[in-house]
Amino acid sequence: MNANKKLSINDVSKDTEKLTSVKPEDLMSLPSWNVKEEDWKPISEDLKEKYVCILDDTLILPVPKPKTIQEEEALVNQFIEGMRKLFTKENNWTFLQILETTMNHCARCNTCSDACHLFEASGRNEMYRPIYRSEIFRRIYKTYVKKEPFAKWRYGDLELNWRTVARLGEMAYRCNICRRCAQTCPIGADNALVAREIRKIFSQEMGITVPELHEKGSMLQLEKGSSTAMTKLVVKDNVEFIDEDFSEETGFEIETPWDVEGADILLIHNAGEILAWPENIAAFSIIFKAAGLSWTLSSDLAAYDSINYGVFYDDVQFARTALLQAQAAKKLGVKKIVLGECGHAHKALTVIADRVLPEELNVPRESCFPLLRDIVMSGKLKLDPSRNNFPVTIHDPCNLTRLMGIIKPQRDILNKICPQFREMHPHGAHNYCCGGGSGYAIMSRNTIPEWRFKVAGRKKLEQILNAFSDSRGPEQKKYVCAPCSNCKGQLRDVFEHYELLEKESLIYNGLVELIVNAMVDVNPGYVKWEEE
Amino acid sequence: MSILIYLLGYIAVIAFLISVIHRVVSYIKQPMHVRWELYPVAHEGKRAAHGGSYLEDVDWWKKKREKSLIGELKVMIPEIFFLKAVWEHNRPLWLSTYAFHLGLYLICGFLGLLMINVFAQIIGCTENCLVLTVSPLMIFMGGAGIVLCLVGSIMLFQKRLNEPELREYSGTDHYVNLGMFIVSMSISLITWLFVDPKFIMARDFIVNMIQFNFTPIPNNLFGLQMILAFILFAYIPMTHMSHFFMKYFLYHDIRWGDEPNVNNLKVQAHIGSVLNYPVSWSASHIAGHGKTTWAEVATFNPVAQPES
Repeated sequence: MNANKKLSINDVSKDTEKLTSVKPEDLMSLPSWNVKEEDWKPISEDLKEKYVCILDDTLILPVPKPKTIQEEEALVNQFIEGMRKLFTKENNWTFLQILETTMNHCARCNTCSDACHLFEASGRNEMYRPIYRSEIFRRIYKTYVKKEPFAKWRYGDLELNWRTVARLGEMAYRCNICRRCAQTCPIGADNALVAREIRKIFSQEMGITVPELHEKGSMLQLEKGSSTAMTKLVVKDNVEFIDEDFSEETGFEIETPWDVEGADILLIHNAGEILAWPENIAAFSIIFKAAGLSWTLSSDLAAYDSINYGVFYDDVQFARTALLQAQAAKKLGVKKIVLGECGHAHKALTVIADRVLPEELNVPRESCFPLLRDIVMSGKLKLDPSRNNFPVTIHDPCNLTRLMGIIKPQRDILNKICPQFREMHPHGAHNYCCGGGSGYAIMSRNTIPEWRFKVAGRKKLEQILNAFSDSRGPEQKKYVCAPCSNCKGQLRDVFEHYELLEKESLIYNGLVELIVNAMVDVNPGYVKWEEE
Repeated sequence: MSILIYLLGYIAVIAFLISVIHRVVSYIKQPMHVRWELYPVAHEGKRAAHGGSYLEDVDWWKKKREKSLIGELKVMIPEIFFLKAVWEHNRPLWLSTYAFHLGLYLICGFLGLLMINVFAQIIGCTENCLVLTVSPLMIFMGGAGIVLCLVGSIMLFQKRLNEPELREYSGTDHYVNLGMFIVSMSISLITWLFVDPKFIMARDFIVNMIQFNFTPIPNNLFGLQMILAFILFAYIPMTHMSHFFMKYFLYHDIRWGDEPNVNNLKVQAHIGSVLNYPVSWSASHIAGHGKTTWAEVATFNPVAQPES
């Protein structure tokens, strides 16, 4: 038996070099896969000196290493203070009901364990069991915050020290918050939310955040307008270049509209697309023009970048970003906001913000997929499905499907324009996360990429390989439709790491690219397997 | 002693009601959470089959929402009566937990029939009265319920004790809860088999309780059974087993809580209220700017650049 499977809850407080390690031999095996995984690269001594690196072989949340007993105590006290606030309605009106019911009603029956792709991919490493993290959190809450009578005796004792706190913070970043575990819970408890709430304590109370999400993420968006650091001038320039390049390449003239007052639609892209996948931006412009829509982009602060990393770790940052995006729509007087291909942005602005935006900013918001489906089905575009005659499967972004129920429009389109479309299993609301969910897709520090490849992205890779089991190898070109910027970031890195283009002729990209690839008014070859 | 048992019965009923009301009111009084639904949402009607939502429509806010009660029942009935989620996702646990829960359901059904008999007796029905013909069913449900609940709780106790994956996450509360069921149901089983096979003592006891007629309890074992049952009755809603009624909120309000804010005065009033709550988070990007309410903090940009 793998030694890690014997991991106990109380180990989290122990003075050990690390809590656990997922060895290459522990990893879930993949179908027809002869890639030998390496052991983890060591975390540098410099990082170990500065930050607490005692969970496993990766460092995501940089918790400063306490140097004195006073600093150790301060870490614990800050955490407890944050947990107290987390259970007050004033500080956590957003999630208190859900968190408290989860704390009180989880039966600790392990029904959720097998739903977790991380638990499965890691070879059932105990740390990844959804209730491992929650149970530590619950024991601290019941004993030190709620102070229930005989709590230690009733729920189990747990030594609360700085190691417990630091490991719990890091452990909150060993979950994609895909909520597949919550979906299986017979009672309705949500152990994924617990991970998010722990992240909130670290960010909102202790000021300890993941730099990619905070300083280089939501704060950069509030400062410059986008987490890409593009200002309004830069973003407009970049889109102009995209218009020029793709007009020439496709033979379809486009000029992306900016700040058009009174347009029907404010389209908000994930600005990462502009830099990493410009073909996605161009494809929207081509489709919307061909469909004759009245639409615009906004160059207002945060309104040309749909990302809202607050969803992953901080309610205040979430609210700030959502308000700015709604304000931009209100200013332009558009009839609705349409979200481009970005899952968490969909969820943030369409659903979560629904009980945050005041009435005057409650501009209607919808997904791009129903709109694209209606366009494709309307006959406004001349489409030739034979241009997409290669095996295509779709990866369902969790935020779009399990968390919003937007499942069929994408399939209606693919069934119409991709003759060799096939599903992954399971899919739709029961999909598996790509492994980049909740922010990891933009992280590449120390061994984070290794973790993303070996553990977080492993189940999705298995699903992809299985979906193409009839066409493995480099001879047959294959396409994974991943209509989400974050998911594409994860797939990009996984595909590159495992050389899937070379070995399997496998590429990923969005849905709009496939639509444009099938448009007869556009030069053939919009979807490419090689850099051109 | 008999009077004390009657008194314990009143206390147990009151404690039970207070606990249930307290939990429900505590939940309802908390501010409405942000939307955090999980699909499939059962009331989505036809769309629920593929896990879809009203958000699959263009201009969804202009369309009439269809909420399917039948859709909810199609999910709730297999979940409540057959523990479908455990069957699908945790098969090794299903038999023991299903025996336990089915036992409880049968006991609930038994209590319902017993109360019919009780009221029939109070209004003067004789043993031959029509309503008393449910007695064979009542006896079956009571007996089977006790046996299944006992077997289920023993199996669950054994699993929590012996299976490493469950043992690690089992607190003393689990063992106490299950232990209480084992003890209570064991005594109930012996009482049923050897003292009160037709539950006549039970019926008479409740009739006496309702009529404040503290007739001496005819059998010590029956008295012990009532003491244990009352303690258990009062205790259940104080524990995580309160999910038997809180599950309504966990499913209908959270998991399936997809009510959109379209001309929704209740939600708008709620937003207006919570945005004026004070915020006391200490991190520098929130605190230290002289902003004290959510509205002020959320509309404040700590890194705003002057417009160029």
